[in-house]
Amino acid sequence: MWLAIYIVGGIVVLLFLFFIITYNGLIGLRNQMRNAWAQIDVQLKRRYDLIPNLMETVKGYMKHERETMEAVTKARNLAQSLASAGAAARSKAEDALGGALSKLLAVVENYPDLKANQNFLALQEELASTENKIGFSRQYYNDSVLRMNNKVQMFPSNVVAAMTGFKMGEFFEVTVTEEREAPKVSFT
Amino acid sequence: MWEQINANRWRSVVLTASMGLLLLLIGYFLGYFFLDNAIIGLILALVVWGILSLIAFYQGDSLLLSLSRARKIGRDDNPRLYNIVEEMKIASGLERMPDIYIIDDSALNAFATGRDPSKASVAVTSGLLAKLNRDELQGVIGHEMAHIKNRDVLLMAICAVMLGTIVILAWYATRVLFFSGAGRRSSGGGGAGGLIVLAVGIFLLILAPILAQIIYFTVSRKREYLADASSALYTRYPEGLASALEKIAASPVQLKSANKATAPMYTINPFREKGRAASNLTSTHPPIQERIRILRAMSGASLSDYDQAYREARGAKTGIAPASALALDKMAGATALREPSAEAKTEEKAPQKVERARETSDMMWRLNKYRTVNCPCGTKLRVSPEFKGVNVKCPHCGRTLSVR
Repeated sequence: MWLAIYIVGGIVVLLFLFFIITYNGLIGLRNQMRNAWAQIDVQLKRRYDLIPNLMETVKGYMKHERETMEAVTKARNLAQSLASAGAAARSKAEDALGGALSKLLAVVENYPDLKANQNFLALQEELASTENKIGFSRQYYNDSVLRMNNKVQMFPSNVVAAMTGFKMGEFFEVTVTEEREAPKVSFT
Repeated sequence: MWEQINANRWRSVVLTASMGLLLLLIGYFLGYFFLDNAIIGLILALVVWGILSLIAFYQGDSLLLSLSRARKIGRDDNPRLYNIVEEMKIASGLERMPDIYIIDDSALNAFATGRDPSKASVAVTSGLLAKLNRDELQGVIGHEMAHIKNRDVLLMAICAVMLGTIVILAWYATRVLFFSGAGRRSSGGGGAGGLIVLAVGIFLLILAPILAQIIYFTVSRKREYLADASSALYTRYPEGLASALEKIAASPVQLKSANKATAPMYTINPFREKGRAASNLTSTHPPIQERIRILRAMSGASLSDYDQAYREARGAKTGIAPASALALDKMAGATALREPSAEAKTEEKAPQKVERARETSDMMWRLNKYRTVNCPCGTKLRVSPEFKGVNVKCPHCGRTLSVR
């Protein structure tokens, strides 16, 4: 009689422990995911901050690129105004900004004086690195989502996830390559 | 990915534990013979190990950095390096930005230190900064970041201290044995049983340091492969690290400030000797050509892609981690390789130039009736027309090659 009670009690304790550990693991993963999302934000903001500086430096050299420059400024302002919008709209605006920027950086080749400007070189390094950091934070965010989703879907952690209402994370879609590639610039 | 690293760590821990067992055995034997009490010997060994560990734990990183004469830099001192480290910090998901140090040395190398990810540093030589392009530097920093993230620094410190303790204890014990004859127990007339224990003990004293060293090197090399795999995963561009390793291997300069104790911390072994294949058991780092081959054979950037390339390159059944751990990682769809960066693309022309120069020089040698022998290690031997022998020894790897 007592033995049966001990066994049942032991199982209950073990189940309870399993529940706690799994639940905490899920919370940890979710925080990691949210933290990774915040990282993407930090890098996107950094890009907004760099662009006015870039414009200021480039202005004196690029006499014939008004349109290209305006396109960057416009894309930046649009992206910034959408900063609290949904992921899809945001992702599109950020890609447009990335495209406009690479168009601008592509015509730099035609301005040797600008390419020798120390200030510009520093900005170019910052922009290139920010671009990389955006990519890497997306990558890490997606890795976190994957790990989180694995836990939510796989047995036995899925039982705990269902009981506590854990939802799957949403992947940050990798942008279409042709949008990110530097556009061909032709002079007619 | 995390599950995978845990599985791999478990293997390393088993190896480390066997080293600990070796240490305890030595302590036990020492106590049994010299102190008449095996337990006291055991405790003594643990105390020596404990003290050394504490020093390594609290002072190890600052000791290492000051030994290699590294100076700390900030964002403004070298924005490019700072940015690359930050990129890799983000890609690896490390919580705190590691401190960055530069060693003023024209040799090409880098290392990571710090007992846990929240108190870590990376150091690179100024030669490395000058010679590598952005992608290559990213690959090297990714490798160091992986050492931090996987907590290799701590594991290797524990192993190194254990190895040190075993060597010290065995050295003292053999000295005492040789100068004072056998210990008290055996001279007290323990009979045949005592003799057997003595024989086993001496055997152990001679063998333990060698065994411990082999274990140490095995653990170290395992961690190197895993760090390479992680670097490829972080950067999504294994070619960066591969071509960095190639440049490092081709550089003739040795690091001035490295010593035997700090060697395992570096990206590549700073004590490469020319003319010796560094692929034997007593090497902290896997052979560099093999690492390059594996990285270049990867069809994607995931750990399972690395595992597959590793198995193929080494013809090994066991990869860097158990298959069950890698299955999860395969589900990550977005591990395709990326394009080289703009900076690396513009640099591409240089190797072609070298290629052309080589062809020209080959032709010049041929005109002078010199024969060219290609060694499998990658060295080209020019044999003078006056040379009458049949075989020639490669000065780089030591293989004997036929001239004809």
